[in-house]
Amino acid sequence: MHKLHVLLMLAWRNLWRNHRRTGIMLAAIGVGVWAMIFMTALTQGMVNDMIKDGISVLPGHVLAHHPDYRDDPNINNLIPTPDSELKKRFDAAGFKQWATRIKVPAVVTSERDARGVTLLGIDPANERGLTFVAYDDIDGRFLQDAADSGIVIGRKLADTLETEVGKRVVVMSQDPDNDIADRGFRVVGLFGASQESFEEMFVFAGKEAIQRLLKVGDYVTEAVAVGDDYRDVEPVYEKMVGLFDDDVVVKRWFELDSYLGTMLTVMDGFVLIYVVIIFLALSFGLVNTLVMAVFERVREIGLMLALGMKPSSILGQIIIESMLLLIIGLAIGNVLAIASIEPLKSGIDISIVAEGMEMMGAASVLYPQLRLQDIVLANVVVLVLGFFASLSPAWRASRYEPIEAITRVD
Amino acid sequence: MAAVRCVDVCKTYIQGDQEIKALDHLSIEIEAGGFVCLSSPSGGGKTTLLNAIGGLDKPDSGEVWIEDQRIDTMSKGELADLRLRKIGFVFQAYNLIPVLTARENVEFVMQVQGMRPAERRERSTALLEEVGLAGLEDRRPAQMSGGQQQRVAVARAIVSRPTLVLADEPTANLDSKTSDGLMDLFEELNDNHKTTFVIATHDQRVMAHVPRLVRMLDGRIVDDIEQNAA
Repeated sequence: MHKLHVLLMLAWRNLWRNHRRTGIMLAAIGVGVWAMIFMTALTQGMVNDMIKDGISVLPGHVLAHHPDYRDDPNINNLIPTPDSELKKRFDAAGFKQWATRIKVPAVVTSERDARGVTLLGIDPANERGLTFVAYDDIDGRFLQDAADSGIVIGRKLADTLETEVGKRVVVMSQDPDNDIADRGFRVVGLFGASQESFEEMFVFAGKEAIQRLLKVGDYVTEAVAVGDDYRDVEPVYEKMVGLFDDDVVVKRWFELDSYLGTMLTVMDGFVLIYVVIIFLALSFGLVNTLVMAVFERVREIGLMLALGMKPSSILGQIIIESMLLLIIGLAIGNVLAIASIEPLKSGIDISIVAEGMEMMGAASVLYPQLRLQDIVLANVVVLVLGFFASLSPAWRASRYEPIEAITRVD
Repeated sequence: MAAVRCVDVCKTYIQGDQEIKALDHLSIEIEAGGFVCLSSPSGGGKTTLLNAIGGLDKPDSGEVWIEDQRIDTMSKGELADLRLRKIGFVFQAYNLIPVLTARENVEFVMQVQGMRPAERRERSTALLEEVGLAGLEDRRPAQMSGGQQQRVAVARAIVSRPTLVLADEPTANLDSKTSDGLMDLFEELNDNHKTTFVIATHDQRVMAHVPRLVRMLDGRIVDDIEQNAA
């Protein structure tokens, strides 16, 4: 304890012997750590948006459907349990949020044009916040309930079909007998989405209206549920699996969209790579500072060795000095990062590169995401790698022969 | 048991293509509680002998013993521990740690030894007063004169009450009054605590002060005189 105290005291005072050098090094570490955390927050924000957008395009965190539905999403591949029974089971299981839907391919036709779309029969009360549609950002109105006879389409699709709120469109699909099922719907609302492709691809109608159109009675094609965190879907998955027999398959979101699942893993890896690369650049400065500090103190180190300080204590003193430098630099970097990210949390407009971002599945506004584990990762990487970087100069200092060091002439 | 025993010790340095015999088959025994002065012209080997006795430099051949421990075969760690526990050093120059105050420099060895803070403070206060540095405890080396720095170094060497004190030109930067005071302090410690002193010096007044004077030349002992101290 006494020894640690003396080592700490020596390390701290030696750190401030050359204010300018220490200041420059602290600035370098601070900016480096800021860059690590800021870049990580931007990356995580982008990945988070992409995944949330991906999840909001309907799979939720966990999705259940007929075993053949993914290969052939036609109306014959229904969940073989009635929707009313599913409601009872889901309510009893206590999910954070859940919904059942009919989702089939269809064609929407206006008097001007026709487009292939994905038709969704939903209960709007259950879907609020679950899909990408913001209920309060609708031209006209959103669906009012599962029995609503109107239809809500995307703004882009409305442009394409040259239709608008109040006009009628015809929706055409197939019923279980492979007969054409079609019906006219009045467009009651137009939705916007972060990506134009969503506005073209999806149309929403009341679940009961679609069940009647497709003659499927009280049945649906999929059931979806979400938990608290898309990174931890196992509790939701386990609960969902318990609700069904073998005639329904339950999949996690990253199994349904392997691109997004892989993206999450790859980006987590990239974050680590960023951090390590930035640290490697920093480590040259750190090692140089320590080498210079040791070189300037050769006689002093020799004196301490001569007085009976063990080489291991000299090693410890230099490492403590390096750790103190890094800890102060980390503190500066963390404060800078938090101070610069917090004001940007409301979003950074990157519409200038929106087209490219949309191709990657990201939106034109980027929301930096400052996660505790990313801050911890940056700090731990800097401290652990900093420890190893300081070993060489520290080892060199501890190997001096006391009398040679004391008598060294500058 | 002797405090120090050197048996047939040799140490040769190479400078360019020249071989310099700093210690040439030198043997010496210093009894516990002895007070010995090593004297030689520059390059005569007294500092090399002092360094060998202190475990700071390894001889090429021969044996060096401190009490019952042979130190020329010890590891770095063992030597560091021996120096910390048993030996006090006063070097010719560059004696103090620049980032520590006078008091902290004096307490440094005791702190590394793990002594309690209260005891460290009591001893350092008493000794700084004894070497005439009361009131300068909080000054750093750069804020003190050469003589004051040397006195701090002397205080540090003896404050932990080592059994052996090795001093290389301890009075080199001191005026005659301080120098006399320092030698009186050494004598007092020698008398009261039976601390063994080995001092390498050119200073005639120091030589006159000690009971045993060893004269060296070219790495050999040429004279070993028991004398009545002044």
